[in-house]
Amino acid sequence: MDTDVLISYLPGYAEAFFLTVRIGLIGIAISFVLGIVSAFCIYFKIPVLRRVFNAYIEIFRNTPLLVQLFFIYFGLPKIGIAISAEVCGALGLGLLGGSYMAEGFRSGLDAVALSQTESALALGMTKSGLFFHVILPEAFTLSVPAIVANVIFLLKETSVFSAISLMDLMFTAKDLIGLYYNTTEALFLLVVFYIVMLLPVSIIGGIVEKKVRYKMFGN
Amino acid sequence: MEEILNIKNLTKAYDDIVVLEQVNLTVHKGEVVVIVGPSGCGKSTLLRCINAFEEIREGTVSLCGETINPCREKLNKVRERIGMVFQSYDLFPHKTVLQNMTLAPVKVKKANKKDAEQEALALLERIGLSTKKDSYPRQLSGGQKQRVAIVRALMMHPEVLLLDEITAALDPEMVREVLDVVINLAKEGRTMVIVTHELAFARAVADRMVFIDCGRIVEEGTPEEFFENPKTDRLRKFLDSFSY
Amino acid sequence: MGFEVLFKGSNMLRLLSGLGVALRISLVSVLISIGAGLVLGSLMTVKKPVINVLSKIYLEFFRIMPQMVLLFLVYFGTTKVLGVNMSAETASVIVFSLWGTAEMSDLVRGALKGIPTAQYESSYALGLNVRQTYIHIIIPQIIRRMLPLSINLVTRMIKTTGIVMMIGIVEILKVGQQIIEANRKTSPDAAFGVFATIFVLYFLVCWPISILSKHLEKKWES
Repeated sequence: MDTDVLISYLPGYAEAFFLTVRIGLIGIAISFVLGIVSAFCIYFKIPVLRRVFNAYIEIFRNTPLLVQLFFIYFGLPKIGIAISAEVCGALGLGLLGGSYMAEGFRSGLDAVALSQTESALALGMTKSGLFFHVILPEAFTLSVPAIVANVIFLLKETSVFSAISLMDLMFTAKDLIGLYYNTTEALFLLVVFYIVMLLPVSIIGGIVEKKVRYKMFGN
Repeated sequence: MEEILNIKNLTKAYDDIVVLEQVNLTVHKGEVVVIVGPSGCGKSTLLRCINAFEEIREGTVSLCGETINPCREKLNKVRERIGMVFQSYDLFPHKTVLQNMTLAPVKVKKANKKDAEQEALALLERIGLSTKKDSYPRQLSGGQKQRVAIVRALMMHPEVLLLDEITAALDPEMVREVLDVVINLAKEGRTMVIVTHELAFARAVADRMVFIDCGRIVEEGTPEEFFENPKTDRLRKFLDSFSY
Repeated sequence: MGFEVLFKGSNMLRLLSGLGVALRISLVSVLISIGAGLVLGSLMTVKKPVINVLSKIYLEFFRIMPQMVLLFLVYFGTTKVLGVNMSAETASVIVFSLWGTAEMSDLVRGALKGIPTAQYESSYALGLNVRQTYIHIIIPQIIRRMLPLSINLVTRMIKTTGIVMMIGIVEILKVGQQIIEANRKTSPDAAFGVFATIFVLYFLVCWPISILSKHLEKKWES
């Protein structure tokens, strides 16, 4: 491996890294909002919306992000809806992530023990007080492992952005391999940057999971 | 009387911690021996040593005159002849009651499947669970599970039956139905070694009582002398702790 | 809206056979993953520090590394380092199998750890030997615990296979692009029709599998 080559590649990778992280974070933020909204609509059995969100979850959980992106980026402009590659990436990731987050939140809500709600009602809590002070915090805590897994999954999924010509890490690596044939250096930096992006998330996620479990179950 | 089980100078230790020390116990054919003692005294470990689930440091355990040698091949053969029922969760969850009972006879003893099923049905009839033959364990109550576990062990025609706190994990209202099954087995003349915390049951079923404390047999005798005239302080204290 | 290109010539058939390529790659990889995952997962329950540390690193690496990166590593990396010229499809199967094995082995480990010792002991107590205990008692229970999750892995694999077009495999997305390209003049809107169709096709493949997995999970719960 040639260190001079590595150093000369660094700025390009750094730029791509920040682009990937930026779009990834926006996408994850969208997915949180979408996930919470859908989970609520389904949990409270809100007519029509519940069906719409159920269909949304099934559709986006059962199709690949790459296909979703191709459809949004190349297909939709043909019927007059054109958006930039960056918006498309964030939106696609958000839509995909929303369906996964919704599942996570929903199973968290379902898993809140009935006895908990009963004992809270027995203490004289109102229904809405019960929801916001008992069910919601507990459901959120129960969803933490799913959220952590989803965040890692979504950050990994950003690697397909290059397919809609976003200049992310994959795009940069592919470009450099094609241009200069310094395959080893290009691949090495690609792996390093993804480790830098995801290892901390994985480690912090693991710690958060442990803390939450300790708080809830004491072990 | 014919000697079924003979435990000689048995010592069991985990590293430096001695769990059982110089235990001697003989069980004759048709005899019901009940072992009691405080929690952690080593009584369950003793049962597990008989079945070679625990390695022993010193001493021997022999079944009908043959020394049980903890080398793997022969262990299956020995365990075929020793029935054991545990505290709980030991039915196979993916098999029906009937399949639970016929698995070992068919696979280990190469018994005919039809014969085994007939025998199983007869046993289920006797414990009043013949309607549950096709149920899965998750569909049974705790007491029903334990009753099935007992007759499942009987399917192998064991020389001796080891019962390790079989009611300890049960709800109180289910204890009775399980103990009734055991009392009936005792009446039939089955050889059994029972570890339990149910003293009234122990008294009803035992031919001989054994009190273990701190890994040693402290006292043994007939149920009458054992409960009425305990000879040692430790047994007296132990028995007192059960009365209000 | 560009759907008409699909009815031109054998276009639809080509699209479907492209989907077939994606399905073939994922199916082969899943089969390898199940086999290797069973072995690795069982190994991980053995209390050997070296094995534990190595498998931990392996799992963590594949957990955080995007499949696309792995694909580039294997496809371009092996050529460079080993001088082997690997076909794109072989590279894909290797990557998906390595990833699938990591996921599977973690499932197997979890399933094995979840089986109480009492299950082993009561089986031995009935006189069954180690082999019989595994065949009749332990493995059937592991399969029940794992099957819904491994079916889930199948859909995840299928959903990931789209990325193999990035190393030049002609699967459904690539075929779609070719069709759009070839009909640029006559059907300028083909991109909408073709990608919408691909979207639906993927959904039609994955959705039933997801439903099956959910159904099994409910059925074998407890």
